[in-house]
Amino acid sequence: MDYSAGKPVDPRVIEEAQPFMQSRFGNPSSLHSFGQEALKALEAARAKVAQLIGAEKKESVIFTSGATESNNLAIKGVAYRYRDRGTRIVTSSVEHMSVVNTCKFLTTRGFEAVFVPVDCCGIISIEALEKEVTEKTTLVSIVLANGEIGTIEPIKEVSEVVHDKDAYLHVDATVANGQIPIDVKNDGIDLLTLSSNDIYGPKGVGALYIKEGIRLEPLLHGGGQERGIRSGTENLPGIVGFGKAAEIASKEMQIESARLVRLRDRMIKGLLDPIPRSFLNGHPTKRVPNNVSVRYNFIEGESMLLSLDMMGVSASSGSACTAKTLEPSHVLLAMGLKHEEAHGSLMFSLGKGNTEEEVDYVVGLMPGIVKRLRKMSPLTPKELNE
Amino acid sequence: MYTEKVMDHFKNPRNMGEIPDADGIGTVGNPVCGDMMTIYIKVKDNRIEDIKFKTFGCGAAVATSSMVTEIAKGETLEEAMKITRASVAESLGGLPPIKMHCSNLAADALHAAIEDYNKKQKEVKK
Repeated sequence: MDYSAGKPVDPRVIEEAQPFMQSRFGNPSSLHSFGQEALKALEAARAKVAQLIGAEKKESVIFTSGATESNNLAIKGVAYRYRDRGTRIVTSSVEHMSVVNTCKFLTTRGFEAVFVPVDCCGIISIEALEKEVTEKTTLVSIVLANGEIGTIEPIKEVSEVVHDKDAYLHVDATVANGQIPIDVKNDGIDLLTLSSNDIYGPKGVGALYIKEGIRLEPLLHGGGQERGIRSGTENLPGIVGFGKAAEIASKEMQIESARLVRLRDRMIKGLLDPIPRSFLNGHPTKRVPNNVSVRYNFIEGESMLLSLDMMGVSASSGSACTAKTLEPSHVLLAMGLKHEEAHGSLMFSLGKGNTEEEVDYVVGLMPGIVKRLRKMSPLTPKELNE
Repeated sequence: MYTEKVMDHFKNPRNMGEIPDADGIGTVGNPVCGDMMTIYIKVKDNRIEDIKFKTFGCGAAVATSSMVTEIAKGETLEEAMKITRASVAESLGGLPPIKMHCSNLAADALHAAIEDYNKKQKEVKK
């Protein structure tokens, strides 16, 4: 139940993409019929991705190597291209590291980056945003839904604030895409990051939607592919697979999301109700369908992960002990959690393969795991161990 | 990530619990960092007659606590003071590099418990 770490590719996607690794190996830039066939497939995939996000023109979609590149391209691309208008970038305190570290990098290159706070549910403060988005701001980058807590940000409200000041709005929709409907026009989004694997497409492919009229400084210079914004021969098998995954998501999202919401809410209730001193991380309803994030006082996340893993369950944790750094998740701390509370966090991300039986199995394991670890912990109050 | 020995001590921790009338108690780490452990010792004729631990932390924190109690039980206080972080990690077949610093605190907790015992003994003599 750790689908946000990686998803299996849908078999229908594999079927669609496979010929482009073998018989249909043409390069879309070639004039001969092999190349032209590849070009046709590339543009068909572009149209499918555009359709999923309500983009009017397929040319607004640029293929990249994934969400990290898309986030880098959007932020650095706008920051450098519109430097003469201003050097201020505004983002939130619950962003993915590919946004956080890109913004931090820019501060070493003469730009200013501001991280707007969130409330205890992880929702961005519109009041603070209004203050921070100044005339000097060229770009505001906000995640549509953070993967650790699942909170869905009020993008329409954000968009109004951003456009009042004539800045551009970049939205990182990596996690939310395929789970909740996205309409770039209706939602007032100027740039949008998408990842293929997050909608059961191949890894190593992503896209950036760029509204007509916005110019970006490219990250990669070369042969001028993708309208000169992203040079490099297109990863055609990946892109074709991404297109198929987008087509499937367009058709099946509504039903699958409704199923996941039922599983999610059943799981949250089951993980919290029988266990004292347990809490939900994030918002109870403004939440992507696949995210379950809870915390238990007095115990530590990695111990819970190991205990679950012994029983065949995969999850992830907000604790430092599972990460490459020694700090707990910045997203959990941004919501006002204390370090020791963040350490006790446990996250499940549900997916197509998960069933009600699996949810009930995990729910059944948790009270025993928490009890055992609390008994071991010097922090647990005596009455909880009785 | 972890050796079989680490997982064995995590699954079946030795000497877990408290000693209500302990002769020495040592606590190191803190919950903010994600690791905290307390070691309780009972001393008889200069030997660690009984030892128990309680730990808040990751798998490595639990396993090193359990291992240190296993090594120290029955040892003289001088022998127990010679147990180091490195020797505990070695007895577990090694720890991931990042865990060597943050979670490998059990030897420190044991030493703190022995120092607490020594301090109490001096107070009694006075």
